[in-house]
Amino acid sequence: METQIFGHFVEDSSGSMEYLKIGLLPSCLSIKESWQTNGLSADFIANYVQTFFIGQPQNTDAPIPIQSKHAVKYIANELLENAMKFNDNKSQHFIEISFKLYNDKLIFHVTHDVNSKNVVKLKEFLKEIINGDPQDLYFNRMEANAINDDKGSGLGLLSMMCDYSAKLGWKFEISKYNAPITLTTMVCLNI
Amino acid sequence: MEIKTDEYSVTYDSDIIVCKGSLLLNSSAEYAPILNLFNSVAEKQIQPLTLDVRNLEFLNSSGINTFTKFIVNVRKKQVLQLIAIGYGEIPWQVRFLKNLQRLMPSLVLKLE
Repeated sequence: METQIFGHFVEDSSGSMEYLKIGLLPSCLSIKESWQTNGLSADFIANYVQTFFIGQPQNTDAPIPIQSKHAVKYIANELLENAMKFNDNKSQHFIEISFKLYNDKLIFHVTHDVNSKNVVKLKEFLKEIINGDPQDLYFNRMEANAINDDKGSGLGLLSMMCDYSAKLGWKFEISKYNAPITLTTMVCLNI
Repeated sequence: MEIKTDEYSVTYDSDIIVCKGSLLLNSSAEYAPILNLFNSVAEKQIQPLTLDVRNLEFLNSSGINTFTKFIVNVRKKQVLQLIAIGYGEIPWQVRFLKNLQRLMPSLVLKLE
């Protein structure tokens, strides 16, 4: 098994206060039905996390603080939408989303199989957002999308970085036996 | 002029476009009717146009993309005065509208 890491990827869960994992099997549902489960799952996660924020001070200077219910729903929904878009449609594995809540941060992981055809372009995009200035890329992307967005908006990850001050990381796990490539996307938000 | 479903509505009446509910559509293709409504209003509008998102509860990144495409379109024409209304106490609405204003500095923001 070969592993490739991009960005700020953290896997260690020691010291986490709360942990929840949800598994979705998109091949069981139509695309429209699968899409609807994104919002429902994100809503559930946002409501769940909100209970831990009640009465807690807000220390982050993020433009949209994670304590607002919309923030957790937005991040969870974008991660699930991306997983649905890039999931290998032949895969029989679950798309898994989990969050770990710490004293000072909230970390999401989303894991799914990706079609190897999409991996090269995805890695190019990830290198671009890791090495570039996210704010510039975000607004350049908005301007470019106004002319042509046939290949998708590309705004989801950039909005997490710019509007929610999220740190992002990615792990590609490549099997030696011609099996699908597994991608885990990590999003870390300061509380 | 109106687009209405169980989850959201986009309504144009008396120089105001009002967006309500949760916009969680999949890609530009599903957002095309909303963008078409925005652009067709802008095409005919002479009076200043108001975009009211106070009762918009949720917007995914494809939805953000739809609004930014509209804003860039209006900015390029340099004719229409645009006003955006949101709630100052809702952090995502404030950030979203300020991002739109960065794209179009002449956009007038009203944060209630």
